[in-house]
Amino acid sequence: MKKYVDDFKVIKNERLNHEYLVLTLKHPDKMPEMMPGQFVEVRVDNGPNTFLRRPISIHDVDYENNTMLLLVQEIGEGTRLMGKLKEGDNCNLVYPLGNWFALPDKPRVLLVGGGCGIAPLLFMGRRLKANGIEPRFLLGARSSDGLIALDAFKELGEVYTTTEDGSAGTKGYVIHHPVVKTHTPEIDWIYTCGPEAMMKVVAKYAGNHDIRCQVSLENHMACGFGACLCCVAETLDGHKCTCTDGPVFDSTYLKW
Amino acid sequence: MTASGTFGYGEEFMDFFEISCLGGVLVKGTTLNHREGNLYPRMAETPQGMLNAVGLQNKGVHYFADHIYPRIKDYDTHMLVNVSGSTIEEYVETAKVVNDLEKIPGIELNISCPNVKEGGMAFGTSCPSAVAVIEAVRKVYDKHLMVKLSPNVTNIAEIAKAAEDSGADSVSLINTLLGMAINAKTRRPVLSTITGGLSGPAVKPVALRMVWQVAQVLNIPIVGMGGIMNTNDAIEFMLAGASAIQVGTANFIDPTVTEKIVHGIEDYCKEHGFDKASDLVGAMEV
Ligand SMILES: Cc1cc2nc3c(=O)[nH]c(=O)nc-3n(C[C@H](O)[C@H](O)[C@H](O)COP(=O)(O)OP(=O)(O)OC[C@H]3O[C@@H](n4cnc5c(N)ncnc54)[C@H](O)[C@@H]3O)c2cc1C
Ligand SMILES: Cc1cc2nc3c(=O)[nH]c(=O)nc-3n(C[C@H](O)[C@H](O)[C@H](O)COP(=O)(O)O)c2cc1C
Ligand code: FES
Repeated sequence: MKKYVDDFKVIKNERLNHEYLVLTLKHPDKMPEMMPGQFVEVRVDNGPNTFLRRPISIHDVDYENNTMLLLVQEIGEGTRLMGKLKEGDNCNLVYPLGNWFALPDKPRVLLVGGGCGIAPLLFMGRRLKANGIEPRFLLGARSSDGLIALDAFKELGEVYTTTEDGSAGTKGYVIHHPVVKTHTPEIDWIYTCGPEAMMKVVAKYAGNHDIRCQVSLENHMACGFGACLCCVAETLDGHKCTCTDGPVFDSTYLKW
Repeated sequence: MTASGTFGYGEEFMDFFEISCLGGVLVKGTTLNHREGNLYPRMAETPQGMLNAVGLQNKGVHYFADHIYPRIKDYDTHMLVNVSGSTIEEYVETAKVVNDLEKIPGIELNISCPNVKEGGMAFGTSCPSAVAVIEAVRKVYDKHLMVKLSPNVTNIAEIAKAAEDSGADSVSLINTLLGMAINAKTRRPVLSTITGGLSGPAVKPVALRMVWQVAQVLNIPIVGMGGIMNTNDAIEFMLAGASAIQVGTANFIDPTVTEKIVHGIEDYCKEHGFDKASDLVGAMEV
């Protein structure tokens, strides 16, 4: 897929809570096609500590309006600066980068996300739905205020939730949710993105139950498009770049 | 030109601009045998720069000759191969293979990689070992031999002179500066290798100084690099004595930066009354 460098315009910066926000970015002209699982590299500024671009998943796209959504969790200087972007600001992106989630060959799917890892699952849910597959989401957070953007997910399909402190949904980690524990309704495919510990548990569960599982990694990156070899993951075929061979991998391909 | 290890095989950038505008592309560090490189994490962002510890991940020179060369040989720019090794024999064998590749006009002998356990930088930090490897490669390699120097030395001019005397056609500098990063929260090193190579604007003043020092003693051309982010930086290296420049880390931040610099140098020359870019070389007025 052809890659571009473009200045997008920030047309909205919606704060979801003290640490999450959703940026709506408008393409200068006609936005090219992008796929769920792909990401963009955001040029933050040229401050001493925000020298490199920041990789952020494509949360959703609207081709009619030529806009794209990014769901950002503020964890450091770069993401906090993104949180300060205002309507009308420029936002320079290298995009669309990486591979994408495959469509399932069986209809029963579960999309499992935690933290900012829920970002690409919305876009994937939309693609599944457009292909006649009902997406089901299992979203986990530390507490209820970490369960964000639920309405957007609910528009697409059923949403199950867990929180570590039990303040919303099932208490515990995603793996403790009844859908996972009881395997009902049945699942053929899992798509997961979030903290590595969570994805490892989900991948193991999938392996034990003969479920196909695609995971999306968040390795640290310098370029995002295959030029530096900094972002490697260990796979059955040795080191592979998360930014070009991934970020989406079949869980069984990774040496976890 | 684009710096080795930061521009892939050129292909990664073709969506962004027409690479034929470049003077040359230095392809990834190539060794005799396949190398998996170092373990992840291999990168740490640091103030105005980054540390890397890639460790020369590549599929080996034979794979390059059989599978990659056919793809890239007809690119309309100079495709040079960055050659590395852990023993003199490895450098020689690798250079021999590249010597037979008709469309590769030169190699950049990397005697300055800080990210491999044996060899690499060890060759570039003492005169006798640098001389030994350059002389050995010179015997088997008859096209342009560029030698890439390490900044991790006390007297870079001395090594540069030794390279010239051993048969180098040009020298390029600087490779990355040895550095490290620690995560105070976890009290652990950020890189899997603990230390790594620093690049980006953070190293520019050091690189510029070294190019200038080397220019005082050398007759062969100098290729300058280290933290070049824009036209102005490139001009500074030329004024210090570099006949050509390479851009590395900046490619990650703006993949079109090299195209901008190529045009920027032309504009600078017009604006400041220089007929050609080569008139800028060493033109710093003191
Ligand atoms: C493919 C991919 C998709 C991502 N999608 C999203 C998303 O949709 N929403 C979101 O909020 N975050 C996402 N992330 C994580 C996001 O890139 C980091 O949170 C961000 O780079 C942190 O930058 P900082 O300056 O705020 O933090 P700092 O900790 O100050 O950053 C320091 C350095 O570490 C790197 N870094 C720190 N944490 C991460 C991380 N988790 N992943 C990669 N690099 C990191 C930074 O890029 C920077 O170079 C994604 C990461 C990847 C690789
Ligand atoms: C990720 C990365 C990989 C590199 N790999 C190589 C390499 O394989 N061989 C080499 O001679 N130099 C390598 N270098 C060094 C660069 O070619 C260059 O000398 C250095 O980064 C300084 O220039 P810069 O500040 O413009 O990046 C690498 C640098 C980076 C950042
Ligand atoms: S981030 Fe540079 S190769 Fe993946």
